[in-house]
Amino acid sequence: MPLKEAEDQIRLLDERLSKTEDREERQAILDEKNRILKDAYENLTSYDRVYLARKPTRPGVRDYIKNIFSEFYELHGDRLMRDDPAVIGGIASLDGIAVTVIGHCKGKNLEENIKCNFGMPNPEGYRKALRLMKQAEKFNRPIITFIDTPGAYPGIESEEHGQGEAIARNLLEMGSLQVPIISIVIGEGGSGGALAMSVADRIWMLENAVYSILSPEGFASILWKDASRAREAAELMKLTSFDLYQMGIADRLFAEPKGGLNQNSRSIYQRLKTALKAELEQLAKLNKRTLIEQRYKKYRRIGDCSPK
Amino acid sequence: MISLFKERRQKLTLFKSSRQKNIQHRISVPEGLYTRCPGCKQDFISEQVAANYYVCPGCGYHMRLTAQGRIKLIADKGSMRELNAGLITRENLDFPGYSEKLASLEAQTGLKEAVVTGVCTIDGISTVIGVMDSRFLMGSMGSVVGEKITRAVEYATKRRLPIVIFTASGGARMQEGIISLMQMAKTSNALARHSQAGLLYISVLTHPTTGGVTASFASLGDIILAEPGALIGFAGPRVIEQTIRQKLPEGFQRAEFLLEHGFLDMIVERQNLKSTLGSLLRLHSPSAILNRKKGGG
Repeated sequence: MPLKEAEDQIRLLDERLSKTEDREERQAILDEKNRILKDAYENLTSYDRVYLARKPTRPGVRDYIKNIFSEFYELHGDRLMRDDPAVIGGIASLDGIAVTVIGHCKGKNLEENIKCNFGMPNPEGYRKALRLMKQAEKFNRPIITFIDTPGAYPGIESEEHGQGEAIARNLLEMGSLQVPIISIVIGEGGSGGALAMSVADRIWMLENAVYSILSPEGFASILWKDASRAREAAELMKLTSFDLYQMGIADRLFAEPKGGLNQNSRSIYQRLKTALKAELEQLAKLNKRTLIEQRYKKYRRIGDCSPK
Repeated sequence: MISLFKERRQKLTLFKSSRQKNIQHRISVPEGLYTRCPGCKQDFISEQVAANYYVCPGCGYHMRLTAQGRIKLIADKGSMRELNAGLITRENLDFPGYSEKLASLEAQTGLKEAVVTGVCTIDGISTVIGVMDSRFLMGSMGSVVGEKITRAVEYATKRRLPIVIFTASGGARMQEGIISLMQMAKTSNALARHSQAGLLYISVLTHPTTGGVTASFASLGDIILAEPGALIGFAGPRVIEQTIRQKLPEGFQRAEFLLEHGFLDMIVERQNLKSTLGSLLRLHSPSAILNRKKGGG
């Protein structure tokens, strides 16, 4: 059973549970609930993971910033046009080490989402990100990016302002930045909109995060002219964290509790913080040239197609 | 009315003969005696269209060129030496119908992939070129396209040569999934090194250039040229219309629109493309660079 359906059933069972005092009936409902949960969580499909990655109750970039770093000063604007609220960025302290943190910003409700455009940046967002990355390079700060976007926004203005150019520029510049870059896919890694902030030395993914060339809905609508076949598309697309790890694109995965992360999940922050500190210590041992050379090679070997 | 037709025919004949004088060798003629112009919907004799570099003799519409046609148009005769022609797809071949599709496209187009790369001379100047062909899975970029572009750029960097890439692509190739997406980073990183070596990259955007190709190497030229009327954008027009639920304005995402918004350097008609490239390449050759005193201070 798809996870979303299982959750709907559980909600109905919870309602029934609240209406009964009968001990035997309550036990039966609880047993049924456990059976459904166990069954759903043990057989997560790729599309279930897409569903979990998009769940509004999942922690967003602000939760990670608040819980991992002791200080954070948000900086605004691309110095060319405006400030894009779909991208958040600034200077933070990771146990006393200054770092630059940048991430896609999704809202937790409709109002917030309208403000931050559902985490879909315009070119100004990518240009802000690049400005902050260049600033990080100048002051020798490592860069940590949190990836969580359905993709770059497809609109009239975003095209007028050069969405393609903004993404391309980030890809080109990030390849040669002289400071360590760690990217963590915390939810949706949507296409070029995600890539433009995740050309990195290390790519980490949370267990239920996904990273793909486009959304399963988009994929299905292009391939079969039928967006409702997204579930089927997701299986073909190899977009789960496990798929990406297997393909050598994700370097490290972080386990999530059963049913995915929610606002009560606390351990993920500590685990990420510890991992970030250790990894930055390792990356700091590389001189600039080696760092950039290794980053180049990381991407250079993806899609090898020499004749056998 | 009849005199109008007569006059037009005379002009056409004149135009054709003057073209023919300039053309060094025939560009391959597609099957069928007549070619319908996608712009003005009129039929023209195919040979005449071919002789006019596949630019509509009536309305000037720039029809799509095959990679071979483009190479004949741009490279000095006999100068093209193809690089990495043997690269083949090894990614995600279990995707339903993908390997069959690749095989049938090869049979249909004579191409192994959506890009041909090589080294040639343009007006006598040694240049690495990459030419995309939209007949091959919409010119989409999978592992082979990404790898061939990257190798071409690395070849140019190593031999200190300029590179010219003609784009025509629907974007990253869906069938190869995330591997295709990563080619955007791979090609862009290679171009960064070419650029840091002080070398020239000219990007020529032809109809259509969209998606992951626009969002990577197509937009990174030191100089970016485009053919008239070419559709150039990140998101496809249909996706935008579905998102904003509005009809798009006339001329949106056309080359002229991009020029106006500051994302192109020049729009160059196909008949002038080779001479323009030749001149730009010459202006960047070592002999054209002012000799200055070496060292600091």
